[in-house]
This record gives sequence, structure tokens and C-alpha cells, in this order.
Amino acid sequence: MAAAKTLSFADKRHHWDVKLSPFGFISPYFLIFGAFGLFPLLYTAFVSLQKRNLLDAEGATFIGLGNYEQLLFHDPYFWNAMGNTVSLWLLTTIPQILFALGVAHLLNRRLRGRTLFRMGMILPNITSVAAVTIIFAQLFGRDFGLVNWVLSWFGAGQIDWQAGTASSHTAIAAMVVWRWTGYHALIFLASMQAIPSSMYEAATLDGARSWQQFWRITVPLLRPQIIFSTVIATTGNMRLLAEPLLFNPGTAAATGGSDRQFQTAALYLYEQGFTKYDFGYSSAIALVLAVATMLVAGVSYLVTRRIQTD
Amino acid sequence: MRPKTRNRRTRLLAGACAALAAVTVLSGCGDSGAGGGKIKLSLGLFGNFGYTDLIKEYQAAHPDIEITERTAAYSDHHKNLAAHLATGGGAADIEAIDTGYVAQFKATPDKFVDLNTVGGDKLKDRWLGWKWSASLAKAGQQIGYGTDVGGLAICYRRDLLQDAGLPADRDAVSALWPTWQAFFDAGKRFQAKAPNGVKWMDGGPTVLNAIVGQAPVGYYDQNDQIVVGSNPALRTGWDQVVDAVKANLSAGLLYSTPTWNTGFTQGQFATVTCPAWMMTKIKDQAPDTAGKWDVASVPGGGGNWGGSYLTIPKQGKHTKEAADLAAWLTAPEQQAKVFTSKGLLPSTPSLYDDPKITGYTNPFFNNAPVGKVFTDAAKKLNPQYQGPKAGDVQTEFGNAMQRVEQGKQDGAASWQQLVGDVAKLK
Repeated sequence: MAAAKTLSFADKRHHWDVKLSPFGFISPYFLIFGAFGLFPLLYTAFVSLQKRNLLDAEGATFIGLGNYEQLLFHDPYFWNAMGNTVSLWLLTTIPQILFALGVAHLLNRRLRGRTLFRMGMILPNITSVAAVTIIFAQLFGRDFGLVNWVLSWFGAGQIDWQAGTASSHTAIAAMVVWRWTGYHALIFLASMQAIPSSMYEAATLDGARSWQQFWRITVPLLRPQIIFSTVIATTGNMRLLAEPLLFNPGTAAATGGSDRQFQTAALYLYEQGFTKYDFGYSSAIALVLAVATMLVAGVSYLVTRRIQTD
Repeated sequence: MRPKTRNRRTRLLAGACAALAAVTVLSGCGDSGAGGGKIKLSLGLFGNFGYTDLIKEYQAAHPDIEITERTAAYSDHHKNLAAHLATGGGAADIEAIDTGYVAQFKATPDKFVDLNTVGGDKLKDRWLGWKWSASLAKAGQQIGYGTDVGGLAICYRRDLLQDAGLPADRDAVSALWPTWQAFFDAGKRFQAKAPNGVKWMDGGPTVLNAIVGQAPVGYYDQNDQIVVGSNPALRTGWDQVVDAVKANLSAGLLYSTPTWNTGFTQGQFATVTCPAWMMTKIKDQAPDTAGKWDVASVPGGGGNWGGSYLTIPKQGKHTKEAADLAAWLTAPEQQAKVFTSKGLLPSTPSLYDDPKITGYTNPFFNNAPVGKVFTDAAKKLNPQYQGPKAGDVQTEFGNAMQRVEQGKQDGAASWQQLVGDVAKLK
């Protein structure tokens, strides 16, 4: 401390420089984040306190928490949308992670042409979400869909996939799982390859079967990746918009089915903002959805963190 | 020591500046100016306006103007337009707006060029009076030039009606259904002997739209109040269509969806409510069915469904040129060409007695005299007042009827939910 008093101005400046330059180097990220991340977020929060028509910013009036009160306490369609969101989150995230683990496990063996298979895993992910959804919507068509055609071999009746709650959620979940399983599988595969083979050899000597090895060695050692994948998948799956929107194309796309049976919260936001032009209300939905996403991501973090070796 | 420090500081500053520059460049990247000296005009459309040949003609007459068409699906188009108007950028120089949405957009007339200030007031008499006033804002600004009107007829499959033992000749078919009740009764006769997998009508929502379009009062009264719950014409129509759905006459398809389009190509239904623009859709969607279709008069008298406007968003760079182009595209001469090439019914009454129009027969529809059918209908048409959210009310009607068709609710429960849903549209 005493030494600090004797420092010259130049030395002090050097001291600040050393301390501050790192911030300078990372500043581009934060400046861009500020402009394209933080500012829109704060602006959304500001708009959510207004009664405001999308096309008429001048006519906006400040109504405090009025939008939130309406949303949380008087709007059954919002809670319907939140219910669908959570249902779709479960139906997409859990199969995604489980399938990805299984696929990664299979690809972690000596296979003929395994590079080809590994590359193939990422293909669904790099195709356009709109194209995927339109094709899946046809596969799940009521009259001429491939899925119903295959099911008819087993005597199943003609399923109107869009009409039911369970059937529509299943169809939408299938699109999401198909699209993202490969992505997570590659992450898991990369980490699997880092697990020393001596651990498996030792386990084999101890008489552990491959199933036991998978659950007792592979999965626990992949814990950080599973946590990462689950959190990433959660934040994505809580905000599903394109899939439910394009599953039901046409004038009623934004309502997510005739009885809103597959309208997610993000789709409800879209409906309020862009068909009803209620900019304030849809901003409030956006913020509530963001908070809900953080909560659910926190829960999935806590759940996946419990994976451990015994 | 000192020079190094300064170096670092300069680098730091440079880094921050670069970051700032990146931010400004990114946020400032709008559309770059017109290149090549030509004035570039874009047209934002939905469906098929039949403008492709007209655009070539206009470009040939105006070598300094280059026109591009952007076509999107109906609902996407109107949502995108709202977003572009809200953000003040991205809209085309000319944006088409459907009748169902025009009242909503004219509520914010300052987003559009007031066509009355660029010569529109002198063109006013071109259009049907109600067409002109439907896009006229409260304070008198005109936001759009009318393109087509819908009118109403019924398009039907001659071959399928014949297979089921019904008459196929258009006059005999028209005579089958003076009223909607007669239309549904004919449907029951059809369905009893219908070819496998074929239904009488495409879907409840389509038919219901026609019935709504014929009512003297539709979703709104003149004071912009939604009167769905208290309008007996709507409830009567609703109940009739629900009965038809229960009698298994409907293929259960919602209009303007891919499955509905497939229904045309697969021949899943024998009749479809036919505003003039629907003929274009059928022809585009199922070109293989040429000659199998015909056109009969609509049950229950004249009515309108659809028709559009061309508007000029103020945010455009060349609003003057865009307004000229819109005026040209909607002029009677051009509307006549669109009618004979695409079948869209003109909104300019001077054509309704033009032999070129009235004498027009459509080969795709078994040479039906559509010129006469639709101009007669247009002359008789009693314009219905369209309220601000008519398009959204129509969407809710479609959803409500779908709930019945999908077996999710009965007619009464679905109606009750519908009345509650439309009450939230303010």
C-alpha cells in the first residue's frame, strides 16, 4: 500500500492501461450485444408498460403493469399457450437428449464409413427450419400423409394430426427432435472420444456389461455436456415459433390450431403483436416468456446436475 | 515505457472505434440506393394478381423504370406489411391489401401516401362507389386504388356431379339451388351416390364466408361495433353450415391451406364457393382439371368476398412513380386485361357493359360465360360495410367451423366460443 503513493503519473497510467485494456478488447462483443441484445430487451420492457398499437407509436399510452395484470390473471389463452409450451418442452427436450446419447454411443464404435454417418447427423440441423416444417406438415397430413399411410398398414384409423392436442404436439415434437438430435449427438460423441478406454477395459474385467458401462461410465462422464445440451435445448424449445406456425399454414396460422391446441407462448406473442397489433401486450408476453425460459432452464440445470457416478 | 503505453492506448482506442464502427455500420445498413440509373419499383403481392405481362408492358413504355414482383402467401403478406410499416422499412413501393385488411390499415393513414394528393381524386369515378370508400380513411385520405372485387358464384365439377346422378348443365345446376338450404339438400343427394372419397363441398369455412358476404350486415355495424353475437343472418348461416358438416357433406379443409390446394388436385370435393379470384386459384392449383369445372350462380343472391387494393407506403423512395404505376395497373384498360387473362373481376363499373368483358367465356371452366355471370352479380351487389378487423374475425370464423369439423366441439359450443373470441378483437 505504501508503495502505491510513490507511483508516478506515468506508472499509474500504465497500471490503468493493464487493468483496462482487457475490457477494451472484449468491448466489441458488449457493444454489439448492447445494441442488438440489451437495448431491444430494455425497449421491450418499456413497450410492455404501454398500451400501444404496432402501427401507431405516437398514440401509445403508459399503463404501468396493466398488460401484465391482464396477461397473468385474466387471459386463459396465455396460460393455454404456456401449457402447450411446457408440454412441447418436455416432448422435445427429453427425447432429444436420450436419442442423442444413444446415437452418439452407436457412432462411437468402429463402423464402416462412420465419418459419413457422423456427417449425416448434422444434416437435419443445417436444413432450413421452414423447409423441414413444411415437409413434416405434409408427412403428417390427414388425407394423403405418409405417416397415416404407414399407420394404415397396422389398421390404425386416419389420424387428423392437427386436430388433437396430443397428436399435434407429437407431430411438432417429431420435427424438433429430428432436427436437433444430430447436433447434440455430435457434442456427446466428441466428449465420448475423450473418455480413456482404460476405464472401459477395467470395467470389462470387473464383469460390467456394455449397458452397465454406458450408464455407469459414459453418461456420468458426459455430465458437463449433458448439462450444456439440456440447457441449450431448453432455451430453444421454450421459444418454438416456426414449427407450430408452419404446421398450420394459412390464415389461421398464428392461432396454432382451431382451438389453440398447439399455440406456444412464442406463437401467442406473434399473434398478439402481428395480427392484433397489440405491441404492448406482446412485449409483456415476451418478457414473461423470457423469465419462464430462465426458470425452466434453471430447473433442467438442477436436474441434469444430479447425474453422478456412484 | 512511455511510447509503449501510448501505443497500447492507441490500440485500445482503435479497438473501441472499430467496434463502434461495426455497430454503426450494422445498424445503418439499409437498402442501398438504386443502381444502374433506373428507378426500381417493387410490388408486394399475394396470390395471383395477373400483373406479370402488364409489368412487361409498362417497362417497355417506361424504359427508366424497373419493376420487381414479390409474392407471398395471403396471411404472411399482411403480417409482413404490418411489420414493415411498424419498423419504417422493408415495405415494397406498392403493397397490395385485401378487403379484409384494408379497414385495419386505413386506421393509420399516415403510413401511406394519400392518393388524393397525387391525382387520385380525379380518378375517383373509375371505381364502384363502395370500393372507393372502403379504402378511404376517416379524415378523407385515400390509401389505395381498387384492383378487383370478388363477386360470388359456385364453381362445380361437372364430372363428379354427373357421376352422382345430378345434372351437370350450368343452368340446371343453378336451378338446383336457389337457396342455401336447397344447396345443402342437393348436397345430401350428391353424397348418397358420391364417388369414393369425394365430398359435396371443400369445407364449412368457405361456404360460411359466402353466406356472410351476402348478408346486408356482416361482422360489423356502421359504427365499427362487432355484431357477430347479435346478427341473426350470421347465426342462421352458421347453423345451416353446421348441419351440412354433420351430414358429412364437407371435406373438412380450410381454405388457403396446402391441404385445401391438394384437395383441388385430388378432386376431394365437387363444389367450391367461387368469388372471381377463386377461378384463378383453381386454374393455378389444378391445371389438370381443365374442362371439368363449370360455374353456376350462387344460392341466396349477390354478395362479395375479397378483392384488393394497391397502396403506396410512405416509406418508399419513389412514391410518385409508384403511385403512377398503381394508377395505371388499376385503370379500366388494365383491369380488363387481367379479367380476360386471369379472371379477376374488375372494380371499375365502366367495364360491366363492355362486350369484351360480358362476352368473355372461360375455357378452363367449360366455356362458362363468366363475363356475364360476374358482371351481373357485381351490378346487383349490395355492398356490405367492412369493419376494422374483418380479416381477423373471418379467421376466427374459420377456426370455429374447424372445431366443429374436427369433432372438437358441437355447433352451439363453438359458436359461443367464437362470439367470445371476436369480442376480444378491438
